[in-house]
Amino acid sequence: MTGMRQKTKNDLLMLAAGIVIYAVVQTLISVGFIQDYWERNIVYVCINIILATSLNLINGITGQFSIGHAGFMAVGAYVGAIMTVKFGLPLAGGIVAGALGAAVLGFIIGLPTLRLTGDYLAIATLGLGEIIRITILNIPYVGGASGFMGIPKLTNFTWAFFMMLFVLFFIKNFVNSTHGRACVSIRENEIAAEAMGIDTTKYKVMAFTLGAAFAGVAGALFSHYTYIAHPASFTFMRSFDILTMVVLGGLGSMSGSIVGAIFFTWVSAFFAEWPEWRMVIYSLLLIILMLFRPQGLFGNKELSLKMFGRLTGGERRGTAQGN
Amino acid sequence: MDSFLQQFYQQLVNGISLGSIYALIALGYTMVYGIIRLINFAHGDIYMLGAYVAFFATTVFKLPFFPALIAAMVVSALVGVTIERFAYRPLRNAPKIAVLITAIGVSLFLEYGGMLAVSPQPRTFPALLPTGIFHIGGVVINSYQIIILAVSLILMAILTYIVHRTKIGKAMRAVSFDNDAARLMGIDVDRVISFTFAIGSALAAAAGVLVGIYYNSIDPLMGIMPGLKAFVAAVLGGIGILPGAMLGGVIMGVVEAMVSGFISSTFRDAAAFGILILILLFRPSGLLGKNVREKV
Repeated sequence: MTGMRQKTKNDLLMLAAGIVIYAVVQTLISVGFIQDYWERNIVYVCINIILATSLNLINGITGQFSIGHAGFMAVGAYVGAIMTVKFGLPLAGGIVAGALGAAVLGFIIGLPTLRLTGDYLAIATLGLGEIIRITILNIPYVGGASGFMGIPKLTNFTWAFFMMLFVLFFIKNFVNSTHGRACVSIRENEIAAEAMGIDTTKYKVMAFTLGAAFAGVAGALFSHYTYIAHPASFTFMRSFDILTMVVLGGLGSMSGSIVGAIFFTWVSAFFAEWPEWRMVIYSLLLIILMLFRPQGLFGNKELSLKMFGRLTGGERRGTAQGN
Repeated sequence: MDSFLQQFYQQLVNGISLGSIYALIALGYTMVYGIIRLINFAHGDIYMLGAYVAFFATTVFKLPFFPALIAAMVVSALVGVTIERFAYRPLRNAPKIAVLITAIGVSLFLEYGGMLAVSPQPRTFPALLPTGIFHIGGVVINSYQIIILAVSLILMAILTYIVHRTKIGKAMRAVSFDNDAARLMGIDVDRVISFTFAIGSALAAAAGVLVGIYYNSIDPLMGIMPGLKAFVAAVLGGIGILPGAMLGGVIMGVVEAMVSGFISSTFRDAAAFGILILILLFRPSGLLGKNVREKV
């Protein structure tokens, strides 16, 4: 049972690290050292980490190429906003409802589409993401094309950070569970996995639904931070952004997704001062990164676990040891 | 009932001319996908590029329609080949997702680089051709629609000739059928891929010019939606199959025109993606595609 103890130890270490980071950042915000601009970007980092790790669960861990993540984020954003604005629920209710809404939709969409593979799945998810957006655009109840306005600003750093921490722990433990290993086996070789008795459809849909639910969480946090949920925020460009974070860090690596999300958020914030150059430089960075390091910054290795493993003298237990 | 039929025929005419533009773009997608299995996201932006080249050729260099069309096709073909050479070729053996991300990067680069170079404002495309309106049984046909259809048909005929009657066309079919075997037979695969990008980009550029004269307005982001829809058209017809792309394009155009004519133009784009989902679920190999069983 040393493995079990090791895992708990790792979890506790990560939790402690998370709380320390939270305490430091929250103190800096309270004393006014971190102000509006930086605080906003820190909250965006948290939201983007949720988006990137949840997409990584689908794309990187399970190997199902989905590029419609913005659609689920939109569902979370709108359902969450409906709950708080129209039904007067607190933010927690909005987040739960947003997650549930996105999960249900993810399940309904995932069940038929996950029969597809590779490029076809990619294009289908892209199309579905756009269909979700266009449907929202045509619902007057949530503001239609002008967006859902008057959403209270309930999200703050505390909410964003602890939701992020929750999602990270959930995904990490999912990946290290029986289910997670089944997902990895589907990525490595779907036919072999099926031959070993793994219900591949079940696990693919499970990963997809979970990923969608967390995208919904991110969406709910997002709409309660920006006062407005607008269909234009959830185009396939947003999906590409999330995909970029995941690939930037390394497909299949959770720590990669985290670093990718942080890097991406700060780079876009940095270039926001030169809006006309921002996308050009961003696109060039993307091309250059892919040309020189197509596996992403981390490949599919886990930075943190390796480090913890070394620190505590235990063996490395990556989520994706097979290459 | 009469007005319904009239509306129906009117939308059919609109849909066919829109569809032949989708078909021209879809041909490029389908050829590139057939050969290197890449969804070339930058293809829609090549179409935008073509429109801009023609715009500058006609406004700055005062060229008439046909030379401007040729210029747009040549410049875009060169750009297409350059993109392939520097962005996609180094990744020939890389994971697929890396190439896809690169394609997205190239697409963003063309869009926003274009904005930087020619300003994000939409431009009015000059009226290059005489306008005329024909009334046939209550249906209005614009002379541009006839020109779009004619130019598209001529280009498709040329393409079909190249692919089926020339040596390079035979090489293209061979590479698409089996890349490695083609290489073993002494075909210069890289050259064939470059040629494919050149032809595909030229066709997309022609589509861009035609859209320019049809809608009178061009902007640097005009390629995004038509690009995606043309890809849907290629999937609809059966990806890798040339007649499939033509058929898919026309069907897409007609469905879109019908949806905007009879339901609401806001659902136009949703209809396109709806078709995509349906075709992927019920006939993933496309209308004209053959079902290939996966080997274990």
